[in-house]
Amino acid sequence: MLDVAVAYNRYKFLGEEFLTWLWFVVATTPRLLGEMDQNFNSLDIGNRIVLENRKKDAVERITIKGDGASLEEGIVALRKGALVTEMNLVYRSAKHEWKFTIKGESLNISSLKTPHIGLPETPEDLEGFVLEKTYLYDNLLQFLEKVYRHYIYLRISKKWQKTVVPAVHQWIDSTN
Amino acid sequence: MDTISGICFIFQGLKFYRMGILSSSVSITRYKVEGKLDQPIIETISRGLKKNAIPEIDEDSTEKTSGWTSLHNPYQPDFSGSSFVYGNYLVFSLRMDKKNISPKVLKKRLMIESARRLARSGREYLSRNEKQLLKDQVMHDLSLKIPATPNIYDIIWNYEESRLWYFTNLKNANEELETLFIRSFELTLIRLFPYTTAVLTSELNDHQKDALGNLSPTPFVA
Repeated sequence: MLDVAVAYNRYKFLGEEFLTWLWFVVATTPRLLGEMDQNFNSLDIGNRIVLENRKKDAVERITIKGDGASLEEGIVALRKGALVTEMNLVYRSAKHEWKFTIKGESLNISSLKTPHIGLPETPEDLEGFVLEKTYLYDNLLQFLEKVYRHYIYLRISKKWQKTVVPAVHQWIDSTN
Repeated sequence: MDTISGICFIFQGLKFYRMGILSSSVSITRYKVEGKLDQPIIETISRGLKKNAIPEIDEDSTEKTSGWTSLHNPYQPDFSGSSFVYGNYLVFSLRMDKKNISPKVLKKRLMIESARRLARSGREYLSRNEKQLLKDQVMHDLSLKIPATPNIYDIIWNYEESRLWYFTNLKNANEELETLFIRSFELTLIRLFPYTTAVLTSELNDHQKDALGNLSPTPFVA
């Protein structure tokens, strides 16, 4: 395997394309995500999305935030060649809800809120609490890993250039 | 305070002051663990945790330190028995302690000490070397008086699946984890970012790994 630092910088576009593709899937074919989780309810864009356009020498960054914010400017940025570098998502499965932010270049998760469980009241409750939290973290991370794996298989296949890129292009062009 | 009420007191404190797993909002950096431990695993891990447990620096002049601590008792690390084993997971924390000396306090102490030395010697200036020695002395004295501020980052390690979650995205905390982990367990942590996630978790064959290595950015627009 490549040196880790080299691989991080050289392939960070993979994470940003992943988030851009994920937005496209959420907007056009969310049923695909149901194949990754048998209890899947929905995946929605949350209250923050960051895009960057690194064409030419300058970096243009567009941040859209706020509950219910319009994503129009994000689409405009995509039209200019920007990619999603960070997005807040709301994942619902088995009628539970996870909110989190994922960063493209690192795939790091932040601001993760799992379905609520009560804090442990006594030291004896701690193990049960940790195991329940671990189960909830695992649910989300496994789902994301499956979605990413699906994307990677697509990304290295001929289908990517032949059908996915034109479909994303069309979505960007036709969305107001 | 007897032992039981002591534990309860610490536990109440834990609820109010802890971030990480006990917090309502967390950050996670994912890692793949490379390598296997000597049997019996729990004892090997316990040894590594104890060997690099966080030392207390409040009573000496050390400015910063780091080491392992326990989730249930982060200010008095306890790795006895299997106290860090939660079901199939190994759960503990990395604590980084640092004495934050305010630049304004440092400046004030330096000016006072500097004036005192000049008055004592009858001279008008201190040499560059004397100033440096004075600064070191003042830093040392302040470090003895100022308690270290602890930062605690939780870890959940699934040994069987060679996966580890670290509950922070902070760069220096991640670097500290990677260094301390290899020193304690002689196992390497590989951070899971786009490339490593694809190579290490997507079960690609050699042909697919080659294809991945040859990828270049996609322009989604013409």
